[in-house]
Amino acid sequence: MSRVAEFLFRRRGGAGWHWTDVFTWFWLIGGLIVMFGPALWLVNSSFKTPAALAEFPPTVLPYVTAEAVVEGYEEPLQLFEVRNDDGSVRVLAEVRRLGTVAQMVDPANPGEIIRVNIKNRTPKRSIAFALDNYVQPFLAFDFFLYLRNSVFVTVVATLITLLTNSMAAFALSKYNFRGRSAVMMLIVATLMVPLSVILVPLYSVISAMGLFNSLWGVILPTVATPTGVFMLRQYMLTIPDELIDAARMDKASEWQIYWRIILPLTAPALAVLAIFSVVWRWNDFLWPLIVLSRKEVYTLQVGLNTYAGQLNVQWHYILAMTVVTMIPVVLVFIFLQRFITTGIAGSGLK
Amino acid sequence: MGDVRNGIATRAGAMILAPVGWLAKVFDAPLRMLQRRTGSNGMAVFFLAPNMLVFGIFVLFPLVINILYSMTGGGALFLGERTFVGADQYGRLFSCGSYLDPKSCTEDLFWIAVWNTLAFVVLQVAMMVAVALVTALVLNRELRARSFWRAVFFFPVLLSPVVVGLIWRWILQRQGLLNLMVFEAGGTPVNWLVERNWAFTAAIMVSVWAHVGFYALILLAGLQAIPKDLYEAAEMDGTRPMRVFWRITLPLLAPNLLVVLVLTLIRAVQIFDEIYVLTGGGPGTSTLFLTQYIYEVGFASMLRNPGLASAASILMGAVLVVLTLIQLGIARRNEQRGKMR
Repeated sequence: MSRVAEFLFRRRGGAGWHWTDVFTWFWLIGGLIVMFGPALWLVNSSFKTPAALAEFPPTVLPYVTAEAVVEGYEEPLQLFEVRNDDGSVRVLAEVRRLGTVAQMVDPANPGEIIRVNIKNRTPKRSIAFALDNYVQPFLAFDFFLYLRNSVFVTVVATLITLLTNSMAAFALSKYNFRGRSAVMMLIVATLMVPLSVILVPLYSVISAMGLFNSLWGVILPTVATPTGVFMLRQYMLTIPDELIDAARMDKASEWQIYWRIILPLTAPALAVLAIFSVVWRWNDFLWPLIVLSRKEVYTLQVGLNTYAGQLNVQWHYILAMTVVTMIPVVLVFIFLQRFITTGIAGSGLK
Repeated sequence: MGDVRNGIATRAGAMILAPVGWLAKVFDAPLRMLQRRTGSNGMAVFFLAPNMLVFGIFVLFPLVINILYSMTGGGALFLGERTFVGADQYGRLFSCGSYLDPKSCTEDLFWIAVWNTLAFVVLQVAMMVAVALVTALVLNRELRARSFWRAVFFFPVLLSPVVVGLIWRWILQRQGLLNLMVFEAGGTPVNWLVERNWAFTAAIMVSVWAHVGFYALILLAGLQAIPKDLYEAAEMDGTRPMRVFWRITLPLLAPNLLVVLVLTLIRAVQIFDEIYVLTGGGPGTSTLFLTQYIYEVGFASMLRNPGLASAASILMGAVLVVLTLIQLGIARRNEQRGKMR
């Protein structure tokens, strides 16, 4: 392979940089910045206080402005570093600002008001991570509930998907029965029916079953994934039939053959499907948005969208919760990336 | 490498299977009785049943009654309570002075969504295929730490649409990172998501950002499957690299490119989630696409009209069926070609 690449973009005369080398590095470094940059900026911003977030131009590090309680004033006052005419610097607290002049006091001597031109003062700040952004949504808002709902949906839907899909794949790969090809056709056909095409009737089915505003209403319609059945069937076809025949001779029931022989041998394919299912269900948005209308049953995605859609967006909380929503997927990405990329390259699964 | 991977997979699989093992033991005795009645081959029906039941109730049945929904009117949810109106909903969607001018249509929003979606599909698909191809070619070169670079481009694919939408809303907002760069470069900050053309451009860019890694991966697999001896032969003939690209790489990658093209088309037609979070369809209606139209008319809008939403979704479904049939046709042809080779 490397020889192909070498030939495709070989360096002229064996040395020096061909334009394709320059372009390759431009594309890779650019890709690194464009692909990772936005997410890193999000994580970075999520540690800033609302005041720091409102600043423009934004700072890279999460600063907080220092404040001090000064005798005679109810509210804490913001601290500034003031440069005197002689070049010395002292720390004063701002009482109020009138045009270009700020009225300030020395915290040590609160009686005397000092007038300072605002050009001569800079806010005194220190680096601090606003961990409150992460704590508050769980305490004051319902994010813990959303998180729990999301975990429930993801875990239960994935388990049911693995069970039903592997059973169906077993039947379709190891039995000869009338209508088998018809069933296969039917499953192929549903590849053409994305959720967005059956929203209205599916909603009425869910409502009729009393599953509106229920997490089961989110889980059940998603578990019969045609891609899952396909992938597992392809894998099971490679398991030799002799194994099954031998088990039948030993008086194993069909059910035992399924869970004692077929399932363990299909483990690698099941693992890939499990990873995909977890990512799919964790990320689901449109269908939960329709089925879940009460706050108690929101998943993280729906809850996050609701808070972000409010008129007065509290970005400091939204950013922190977006990071929380991202974490499981990033973990999957870091530890299981290889499975996913080989899974996609092998089967076009997404 | 492959062994290690399989080892991890087997262990992960075993962990997932542990609760199934417990369940399996409980079910064994009753299922043996069932098997005595059906025979071993008859058990196929039992294994197929759960999946097909879910499938029938939540996919096939809705698909069939969707056609009935599109022929009924009123705001009632259940089919039995709805009045039959024949093809009126379709008539309403298609009643236009001129199809090119949404304002002349009864359902102006539908035609705005149609034209927006069409423009989006053309621009986004072109850009997606181009960026994915360049990325695949770059990743196919002799690189140190190729799996790292592959991961870099693949990373956003796993992010949820809500996360993608919010990340970019934060960057494109008035005081966001992009405006900081514009500001530092001496330009005037732009309110990216409030200006129509910029919002539309952002919708295209963000969706390409989020999904390009997936398609690059498919193309990369295609590139690596091209037989090396072809390149060796070309090298012996002293063929120039660009000529090799046009005469060998591109023609042999064509089947994969076609797959990617159709897949991007299918997904671009249904675009919704990340754009809905990013712009909410706005400003005005400049990023309103078909799926959002169906969602709004079916569920969100004050003038809920499930029949109309059904009719629109069936029209969109028809387009998707055609595209998917093309995709399956290509897949089958590729498979046969692979066997011949």
